[in-house]
Amino acid sequence: MSEGITLSVWRGDKDGGEEVGYQVPAVPGMVVLDALHWVQQNAQPDLAVRWNCKAAHCGSCGAEVNGEPKLLCKTRLDDYAGETVRVRPMATFPVIKDLVTDVSWNYQVAEQIPPLDPAVPAPFTMYQEDASRVQEFHRCIECFLCQDTCHVLRNHDGTDKYFGPRFMVKIAEYEMHAVDQGDRVPLLAQAAGLNMCNVTKCCTEVCPQHIRITDNAIIPLKERVVDRYYDPIRTLFRRLAGR
Amino acid sequence: MTTETLETHQYDVIVIGAGGSGLRAAVAAAEGGLKVAVITKSLLGKAHTVMAEGGAAASFGNLDAPDGWETHFYDTMRSGHFINNYRAVEIFALEAPDRVLELEEWGAVFDRTSAGRIMQRAFGAHSFRRLCHIGDHTGLELLRTMQYKSIHSGIDFFMEVTLTTLLKDGERVAGAFGYYRADGRFVLFRAKAVILSTGGWGRIYKITSNSWESTGDGAAMAFRAGADLTDMEMVQFHPTGMVWPPGVRGLLVTEGVRGEGGLLYNSEGERFMERYDPARMELSSRDVVARSIFKEVQAGRGTPHGGAWLDISHKGAEYVKRKLPAMYEQFLTLADLDITRERFEVAPTCHYTMGGIRVDAESCASSVPGLFAAGEVAAGLHGANRLGGNSLTDLLVFGRRAGLGASAYVQAWQGDAPKVDQATVEAEMVRIVAPFQRSEGINPYQLHQQLQELMTVHAGIMRSGDVLAEGLEKILDLKDRARQMMAAGSRTYNPGWHAVFDVENMLLLCEGIVRSALERKESRGAHWRTDYPDELEEFQRVNYVESYRDGEIQVRTEAVSPMPERLAKLFTYGKAPGLVSPAEREAMG
Repeated sequence: MSEGITLSVWRGDKDGGEEVGYQVPAVPGMVVLDALHWVQQNAQPDLAVRWNCKAAHCGSCGAEVNGEPKLLCKTRLDDYAGETVRVRPMATFPVIKDLVTDVSWNYQVAEQIPPLDPAVPAPFTMYQEDASRVQEFHRCIECFLCQDTCHVLRNHDGTDKYFGPRFMVKIAEYEMHAVDQGDRVPLLAQAAGLNMCNVTKCCTEVCPQHIRITDNAIIPLKERVVDRYYDPIRTLFRRLAGR
Repeated sequence: MTTETLETHQYDVIVIGAGGSGLRAAVAAAEGGLKVAVITKSLLGKAHTVMAEGGAAASFGNLDAPDGWETHFYDTMRSGHFINNYRAVEIFALEAPDRVLELEEWGAVFDRTSAGRIMQRAFGAHSFRRLCHIGDHTGLELLRTMQYKSIHSGIDFFMEVTLTTLLKDGERVAGAFGYYRADGRFVLFRAKAVILSTGGWGRIYKITSNSWESTGDGAAMAFRAGADLTDMEMVQFHPTGMVWPPGVRGLLVTEGVRGEGGLLYNSEGERFMERYDPARMELSSRDVVARSIFKEVQAGRGTPHGGAWLDISHKGAEYVKRKLPAMYEQFLTLADLDITRERFEVAPTCHYTMGGIRVDAESCASSVPGLFAAGEVAAGLHGANRLGGNSLTDLLVFGRRAGLGASAYVQAWQGDAPKVDQATVEAEMVRIVAPFQRSEGINPYQLHQQLQELMTVHAGIMRSGDVLAEGLEKILDLKDRARQMMAAGSRTYNPGWHAVFDVENMLLLCEGIVRSALERKESRGAHWRTDYPDELEEFQRVNYVESYRDGEIQVRTEAVSPMPERLAKLFTYGKAPGLVSPAEREAMG
């Protein structure tokens, strides 16, 4: 493994920037984040990259490697043998510096989701089959790679129209919770903008936690919205009942 | 002199650090109607808490009915080798179940038993199956649950703000000062009470399971502000970190692997734990298992890359993927290895700092009025060795206690809000931009690497007086050189600038570790000295306490408070209290 790695890292800030090349010595099992740390330690200490755990548990180091949204700590350099590894910040969010983007919009969205509203106090009687239905959603590490790749947010400036896949997963987590009595269907139909999603599954493809975002969260939520607002029989009953 | 305007905020309580204990503290303080802010150097939801895997210990007895708070107390004191603060352990064992149930109400979904209760798994040195868990990502569950609870609790959040100093008004705390990482802008927080929940300092070792954040900022700031630290010599090395490939060395392999039935072997195929703890085997306490692996490697019975084999493949692929999904994924992606089919190499990795700010068990108050601490930054609960699963519950129990303690302090407040001395703030502004003014100097990252190597050699898992003393000299030398650390570029999101303060904090705490380690001339829990290999009765009666005065660390002993009769009795039955029948209790008085 004496071969070096050629990195091309986007350096800049909100006023613009460009890719800068670095040569980094290779170590077996090295990930992209290791290479960026090498650059910090040996060449450019001010190279900005957000990271915390380097174990794919925290979701801080999302960026784009050769055009694909990835966790830098989980992306092995030997997957790119012989290639220049191009690292750029997530394109959907405003850049702060280098690979660090301003993801604060996501935190504003999070505040708009009503929390779990349990019908009974704990301890809950809940069986594993009920837990299993939602535990997949609990694996989310909020890396926001799904938000980065979602074309509604990325290409159509849709942050005022759609909460994005991350928050469909969050809403699904509560809506499908066995003890929850909250109702987030009106939110989904309106402010959350679930109808903006046209199920291209790009979010599912980039999820480093392998959450089946589209199949298991978004589609079942769309069914709830359709049942509530567009089911002709229900609509008829609603009209007859004067509601 | 700087002329930039200073953004200033006023709160009743500020919480520094947004891990499990900080968020739980903030929720408790906000519920009391106080104005509360949480300040974190990372983004919300990224704290080191997410790294906890195995579970949160609470004695529900959902699977093992005889479990109860007394046995949890007994296990925790025994694993801490009796230098724990017994009152902290008692509060902890008593309150743990309520805190876990709160999480359930706030949205955490634990794995379930067939009766529909919270599932509990076995873990090292717990007498019963006690760890409430969700697969092997329980820390993530705890943190995410607290995150979404806290954003609906009327708390203000300041993300990616690094604080560099605590401020005082006379003896009392008065706030904290620092800067926004995004643009380097200064910010001042005035507060009546400050809660530190900044975690540990595991980044001081080269091989560590700890995230970027664990640089001991809170402990170092509190120490400089006059708070006492205790048990600094006690650093936990987790027995099972990843070994290969080098890029992932130190990454945690959850104790849940052994909890779910994983077995340890040496290169000769022996289950070597037989030699060290035949009763508990793989589920012995962390200090014992870590030392056993270390000794096997030293004796020439290590794996190719210097560790032990861990094997869970006999449990079957489906089971392993369901109970240990993150481990499965971690090895598959980072080591090209399928743990459902193959054994893998593990070796000790720095994991947890038992020592920290000396606090009152009831209120989490430090020795500085108005300054509180909870979680890994505080000390007393875990003594000489922390039990797996006790840290997550620690965050909840003492996070809440710190929030209540700070609230009571603020509510009892008389007179004007504390004053912040303008000259102190201006001096700090000058100090923190000074690294940019050094055109020649030392790269903080390189100094950090030197410190990590030094600590690994001189104050690692195996210690002795000579080697520690030599380490102290080297630390003092590094401290000298650290005055020349420099930063390049601008103040906009500059990690190299940030590293200067990280290294300063770690250096101070490393000196503290070595000074206490020199004093404790015995082996106890995580503190293993080859020149004093035995655990000695006289040292069971003392904690080493450090204070920082005029730039010097002073070490003294404080007596460990003896347990009252009702608790001391629990250790007289010769077995876990949960296994003692009422008749036996009667007979023993």
